[in-house]
Amino acid sequence: MNVSKPAMPAPLLETRQLEVSIGGHLVCRDLNWRVVAGESWAVLGRNGAGKSTLLATLAGLRAQDQGRLNIAGLALPQAGRGAGARAMARVRGYLSQHQIDPFASTVMESVLVGRHPHLGRWDWESAADRQIAEAALNEVDLGGFAEREVQTLSGGERQRLAVAQLLAQQPQLFLLDEPLTHLDLSHQVAVMELFARRATAGAAVVAVLHDPGFAARYCRQALLLFGNGEWLAGPAAEVITAAHLGRLYGHPLRELGGDGQRWFVPA
Amino acid sequence: MPTRRHTLLIIVLLLLLAVASLSAALMAGSFAVAPGEVLQALLGSADGVGADVVLKLRLPRALAAFACGGLLALAGALMQVLLRNPLADPYVLGISGGAAVGALSAMLAGLALALVNLAAFAGALAAMLLVFSLAHGDSSWTRTRLLLTGVIVASGCGAAVALILSIAPEHGLHGMLFWLMGDLGHASSPLGAVAVLLLGLILTLPFARELNLLARGDTLAHALGVSVRQVRGGIYLLASLLTAVAVTTAGSIGFIGLVVPHLVRLAMIKMGWGNDQRLLLPASALAGGSLLVLADTLARTVIAPQQLPVGVLTALLGVPVFLFLLGRQPHERQ
Repeated sequence: MNVSKPAMPAPLLETRQLEVSIGGHLVCRDLNWRVVAGESWAVLGRNGAGKSTLLATLAGLRAQDQGRLNIAGLALPQAGRGAGARAMARVRGYLSQHQIDPFASTVMESVLVGRHPHLGRWDWESAADRQIAEAALNEVDLGGFAEREVQTLSGGERQRLAVAQLLAQQPQLFLLDEPLTHLDLSHQVAVMELFARRATAGAAVVAVLHDPGFAARYCRQALLLFGNGEWLAGPAAEVITAAHLGRLYGHPLRELGGDGQRWFVPA
Repeated sequence: MPTRRHTLLIIVLLLLLAVASLSAALMAGSFAVAPGEVLQALLGSADGVGADVVLKLRLPRALAAFACGGLLALAGALMQVLLRNPLADPYVLGISGGAAVGALSAMLAGLALALVNLAAFAGALAAMLLVFSLAHGDSSWTRTRLLLTGVIVASGCGAAVALILSIAPEHGLHGMLFWLMGDLGHASSPLGAVAVLLLGLILTLPFARELNLLARGDTLAHALGVSVRQVRGGIYLLASLLTAVAVTTAGSIGFIGLVVPHLVRLAMIKMGWGNDQRLLLPASALAGGSLLVLADTLARTVIAPQQLPVGVLTALLGVPVFLFLLGRQPHERQ
């Protein structure tokens, strides 16, 4: 046979028969999933379904129970440990749900932390690194904040600072755990558009979200975690439906639409 | 954060401070020695009482003070970052407690000074191993667990020390109390401690940026490419060893390990340099060393010929300075 297929881009993230659990609770079983450059995935599920656990596993921060997990062709968790951790950090970035600041630090200093995986052991942050950091701050609307003390920021400002830190890291795969936490409406939209642009430019985005309307609007793919190990992955238009969401959240939802947008409200 | 040039400049300034403090220590005392005479003695071109005092008494003691101050400040800075707790100091994991039990037991048994030092080091190592093996039980270095284990071991050692003090003969008490408060009077061979201080700096400075990330949480550090477990485990062990060497040399001198990293950090924040370990670690070591040299010089001159335990002086001087600086710090939100 001589069937010519269109060349598939190498996946940035690929799982085979992946099983993840936490504290005896099954997050997903037999997860076979590919994320390629240009895709933007929403991860949806109810509280405690294991969205954050799955994301931390994908980031290599904890080990899976079973199955294969590859990031840019490197097998996790082994490739993310020890000396491999730095190389991994140049490929995938992870936005944590919690930001902690035990010691004083300026905003600029905190953003520059994102440059760590790109710097050698004896390197000092260069002018180019500072430019990248400033651009990242501008992108999250923190332009004039470089010299501000981190511990004086509001919750939303701190969250945007974390996003800027991730942008300065310049990964190809963005793993975002609730990127909209603490953000007001305009900044929610701005951050979602920012990551949608990154996906269009050739990165891949996987974001844990709580609002299915935002997911339907800004993500082209969706992964639903039903909380019992079952999952559903596919194009957002097919996966994010009132019927699936009703089962996902255990509460009936109604779809509202117009102007090509879809929103979901509790019935 | 400071630029590389700023960092080098500050380190050069602190090196000058170190030289100044050591010079003061060599000149000052109940037998004053002129600067020229000190220089001649150091160059080996002088003899007489002055040269003897400088080379045989003051130089070893001043170097020991510098090394201990540096070791304690460096270990304190490392512990504060790793435990992410500004109250952490080198003794928080019970190392000084173990050393005290060892040293005082040896004194109680009437052993020679060399054996007392050996017993102190053995006690420090024993406490360290005990804390680490207990806290390492589930193969993760949980901060709370490590702290709690350290605090419990330290209080156990405290009880043992109190027991030894209560049964010790009266003529031995003075030496024991001096050891407990920290005293450099018996530090005669400082080269080992100086070498360990250098080794500590050589081993930690390459990881300074990793430590900056660890100070911001393990998750962030791991996500940004730090091999968290290896770096943290290694630095814990190293900080403990530095502390053990310091305590063996001079007893448990308080305050340097807690306050000097804070003073350096406060100064850095004033300059807008944040909490960058690339400057904080070497600056703490140099400042801690100089401070202890000056404190020890005061301790043996202020009511000469009687000598004070230097640990008392570091606390008496350090407390008001620290409170003053803390009060001047702008108040943070929350």
